[in-house]
Amino acid sequence: MDLWLLYSLMKKSRLFEEAVTQLWEDGLISGEMHLGTGEEAIIAGVVSQLCPGDAMAVDHRGSAAFLMRGVDPTLLLHEMLGHEDGLCGGQGGHMHLFSKEHLAATSGIIGAVGPAALGFALAAQTLRPGSIAVAFFGEGAMNQGMLMESINLAALWNLPVLFVCKDDGWAITTQPGESTKSGMGERACGLGVPYVGVDGLDVEQVWQATRQAIERARSGNGPTFLHAHCVHLEGHFLGLILLRITRAPLRELPGIVGALIRSFMHPGGGSLRERIAGVRYILSSILATWRDPRRYSTNDPLERVQTALVSNPARLKELDSRIEAEISSALASAQQEVVA
Amino acid sequence: MTTMNFSEAIDDALAQAMSEDPRIILFGEDVPMLRRNLLVRFGPKRVRATPISESAFLGAGVAAAMAGLRPVVELYMVDFLGVSMDALLNQASKLETFSGGKWTAPVVVRAPCGGGYGDGGQHEQSLWGWLAHIPGLTVIVPSTPEDAGGLMYAALQHDGPVVFLEHKLLSETFLEFLGSGGRLTVQFDVPAEGRRGPVPHKWKPLPIGKAVLRREGRDVTLASLGVGVHRALEAAEFLEKDGVSASVLDLRTVSPLDKTALCEAVARTGNLLVVDEDYEGFGLSGELSAVVLEAGISCKYARVCTQTTIPYARKMEDQVLPNVNRIRTTAMTLL
Ligand SMILES: Cc1ncc(C[n+]2csc(CCOP(=O)(O)OP(=O)(O)O)c2C)c(N)n1
Repeated sequence: MDLWLLYSLMKKSRLFEEAVTQLWEDGLISGEMHLGTGEEAIIAGVVSQLCPGDAMAVDHRGSAAFLMRGVDPTLLLHEMLGHEDGLCGGQGGHMHLFSKEHLAATSGIIGAVGPAALGFALAAQTLRPGSIAVAFFGEGAMNQGMLMESINLAALWNLPVLFVCKDDGWAITTQPGESTKSGMGERACGLGVPYVGVDGLDVEQVWQATRQAIERARSGNGPTFLHAHCVHLEGHFLGLILLRITRAPLRELPGIVGALIRSFMHPGGGSLRERIAGVRYILSSILATWRDPRRYSTNDPLERVQTALVSNPARLKELDSRIEAEISSALASAQQEVVA
Repeated sequence: MTTMNFSEAIDDALAQAMSEDPRIILFGEDVPMLRRNLLVRFGPKRVRATPISESAFLGAGVAAAMAGLRPVVELYMVDFLGVSMDALLNQASKLETFSGGKWTAPVVVRAPCGGGYGDGGQHEQSLWGWLAHIPGLTVIVPSTPEDAGGLMYAALQHDGPVVFLEHKLLSETFLEFLGSGGRLTVQFDVPAEGRRGPVPHKWKPLPIGKAVLRREGRDVTLASLGVGVHRALEAAEFLEKDGVSASVLDLRTVSPLDKTALCEAVARTGNLLVVDEDYEGFGLSGELSAVVLEAGISCKYARVCTQTTIPYARKMEDQVLPNVNRIRTTAMTLL
């Protein structure tokens, strides 16, 4: 394991997504924007071990995986800006990234990575023995039928798949306690796929667990389910209302609270107890957002790996400035085209 | 006179119906947060969160309706119906016929639809033609707050499955949630009359399957629905300056289709231009031409629809979705 390499992948992804954030806030990127900031250790730990011929099925949060797999950051940025010379001709955007040469495909449909990884793995098993497929998804996707079906089928056909669940404890505004009864381990094992749980903030742990899982898959021993906890530093997507409320309550709350009070007081409807239960639901979501582990810097995977490398500050500085230069040149190229 | 935003009107009609009928319950992903105003009035038993399990909860909505409830099942976007289509295609829509007319499933499926804010082709489809293709489904696509509330209120009394589509460009909440996300740096081409407008003090059901003529004209009939109605109205203003008098027919429901109103409107002008944000091939626009032909009306015909997968880039998207310029130039080719 080369911690320097892992760090450089994570750092590059972080700087890239900070640039994306700026472009999004400037209104140059349209629609939703789901960042992978906070899950870089999981992506780096897995993607750094992929070889030519391996495939990736990626969800709506896929920029980091594409970048770390070697897709040119300039192509990605141009894509997000909707330029014709972007990775997908400006037609896909960040939720629909495709790179045929990397066998990497994104879908914005929750759970669709399951069947996609199965198919990639089936092709690998038949045409490229020793190659594997990875599926990246969130814990929310684990309630989608097609993903559960895919886990069963991967086990049944002994397919070389690595199912990677990036569990941040949120599906937009819904927490697992409101959506899921059983644990990931019980589910994966119940469907016949070995389960490994790791701390997704610790890139070394992810890398180690992945190495074993990939080894199994490459040698024909079938799928593994990797469950990694993480945080999303920017919440579900940029501008998520729950985060805006906790970050700028004075600005965001007045508009929301007035309507809530009018509705709460409105005659006709539930009993007082029901109404209070409704209010509690909202308050607990806001509180949970406020208390989210993302706010402690010890839960930033990049900071964690950095502390392991500070013993060699010269090398770290040199590496950082190289990555900064690469990302700023991609950003400059993208901005140049905006002006043009 | 009261005015409301588009989604506010729908929620207001829903609230009135929920207070009158305890059988109405709401569920879907993030629904407690998205419908938080209903949550604090009706409580978490009637306003429920679901896991991301569309095939399970939409299917459950259909069967719950069969067994006496009146569920409103929300999908995050109509595009995601893809994973749960069986519930509508093979269950809800078939029940009345299969049961010899003795059993129905009065479920309302509420889903945002449409594009114009840059999310790309997996999140911006219309799909109403695809849905209306299936016998047994009622498909509603309102274009103003007043219609949206009145038709939602009607849907909740309707004795069968209804798909209620809420265009995201008209919905202040979805546009904010998905399009701007609190940014002041983005702009969307939102039709003002669709976004906010007058609403009645108390909701009454509007008739399902009745079109409405939004503008009288002599030379060409523009037939549309949803945001397309507003694009057509805007194009009609330009056409007026070009010396062309256009009428605009708002279909309001795709199925049942108001064939009478369509035929009357087309017979008067002798020219039909369909403005349909849904895909062009094998859909609503072709259906309208069949309806007038079957009625023996002779007219010239053209359409402005979405022909390809909707691209992500805003500039490309604006060209692919029906826009005022395309409507105007296509209308001129008829005359
Ligand atoms: C089939 C489908 N249903 C709903 C959505 C809307 N949606 C987009 S992301 C998301 C939450 C996903 O949560 P999770 O899988 O945990 O991933 P995370 O975003 O937290 O990384 C939902 C419900 C969708 N894209 N596809």
